[in-house]
Amino acid sequence: MSGQGQRLNVVPTVTVLGVVKARLVGATRGHALLKKKSDALTVQFRQILKKIVSTKESMGDKMKASSFALIEAKYVAGENIKHTVLENVQTATLKVRSRQENVAGVKLPKFDYFHEGETKNDLTGLARGGQQVQACRAAYVKAIEVLVELASLQTSFMTLDAAIKTTNRRVNALENVVKPRLENTITYIKGELDELEREDFFRLKKIQGFKKREIERQLAAAKQFAEGQVAEKVSLQKGISLNSAQNMLSASEKDEDIIF
Amino acid sequence: MANRAQIATNNSALIAMIADEDTIVGLLMAGVGNVDLRRKTNYLIVDSKTTVKQIEDAFKEFTTREDIAIVLISQYVANMIRFLVDSYNKPVPAILEIPSKDHPYDPTQDSVLSRVKYLFSAESVASGRR
Repeated sequence: MSGQGQRLNVVPTVTVLGVVKARLVGATRGHALLKKKSDALTVQFRQILKKIVSTKESMGDKMKASSFALIEAKYVAGENIKHTVLENVQTATLKVRSRQENVAGVKLPKFDYFHEGETKNDLTGLARGGQQVQACRAAYVKAIEVLVELASLQTSFMTLDAAIKTTNRRVNALENVVKPRLENTITYIKGELDELEREDFFRLKKIQGFKKREIERQLAAAKQFAEGQVAEKVSLQKGISLNSAQNMLSASEKDEDIIF
Repeated sequence: MANRAQIATNNSALIAMIADEDTIVGLLMAGVGNVDLRRKTNYLIVDSKTTVKQIEDAFKEFTTREDIAIVLISQYVANMIRFLVDSYNKPVPAILEIPSKDHPYDPTQDSVLSRVKYLFSAESVASGRR
């Protein structure tokens, strides 16, 4: 795995260890939260999926019904009704309004349709077939209702799809990269600190041993000195300085006048 | 996030249409048609004389216009510019493939439903119906 064996480039100290541990806690909490978010989004996603399928089906029926109504209107009002309709197009009376819906922090668009102003087609088919034309109109408005619903479902589907992908990517990144890296850093710092401690211990032991030896050496020197002192005292009491006795021998070698 | 465009909460938006004449007439009758000051319509009537280029241009125009929230496109028209429809991945405006009178609706060709199928190949969403 890519995250394995990697660690942050930090100085192994106790402070940094605390910082990294805090970061690990944060990463774990973030991971749990993101996982929950991903689950919530997936639930919503599946619901929308089911709705899309059923709405698509009803859209087929509605479109069929409205096409049929149009054929009826054409039959009664004559073929040239379409020209009247095409001529009468000015401003849209049926519009959509989009608003946002919040699902686990993801904003989903929702479309609503509404009528604005009055229709210009009221007089269409006044001469003949007015009833059929109005029925056709109603059928198409119903179809549009379904289409608008389907459009908002589809948009939600796409938005959710993208959101789930990014959330899952984040979850995986935290799980497989960030968390192992932090854990590796923690183990590294701990190992390094342990080693420092051992080193320190060893050093202390070494110093202790050195000190012990030094004391022993000094003790031995002191003892020797004391013994020498005692010997001198004894020789002084006898009348001869131990040193001078020794010196007589040592000084005599330096005397240049004496020729042997 | 590159893919998630900002969703505008405008109060009124139009529905654009690319379809055959009958479907357009019906939808216009319901009152979705709009002609702006420069005589630009929010619909394109596709007949035997319409070229693919015209459809492409209309599709591109409708998907980039800001006052359009939904683009309805007949499925047989969508099949002509399938590459454009499939590569379109913005949430708004929403592309909606609708059945037309002369061409039966095939759910497996729908770009969204095929994506649904791709995601859940285990659950046969689009194939098991009709």
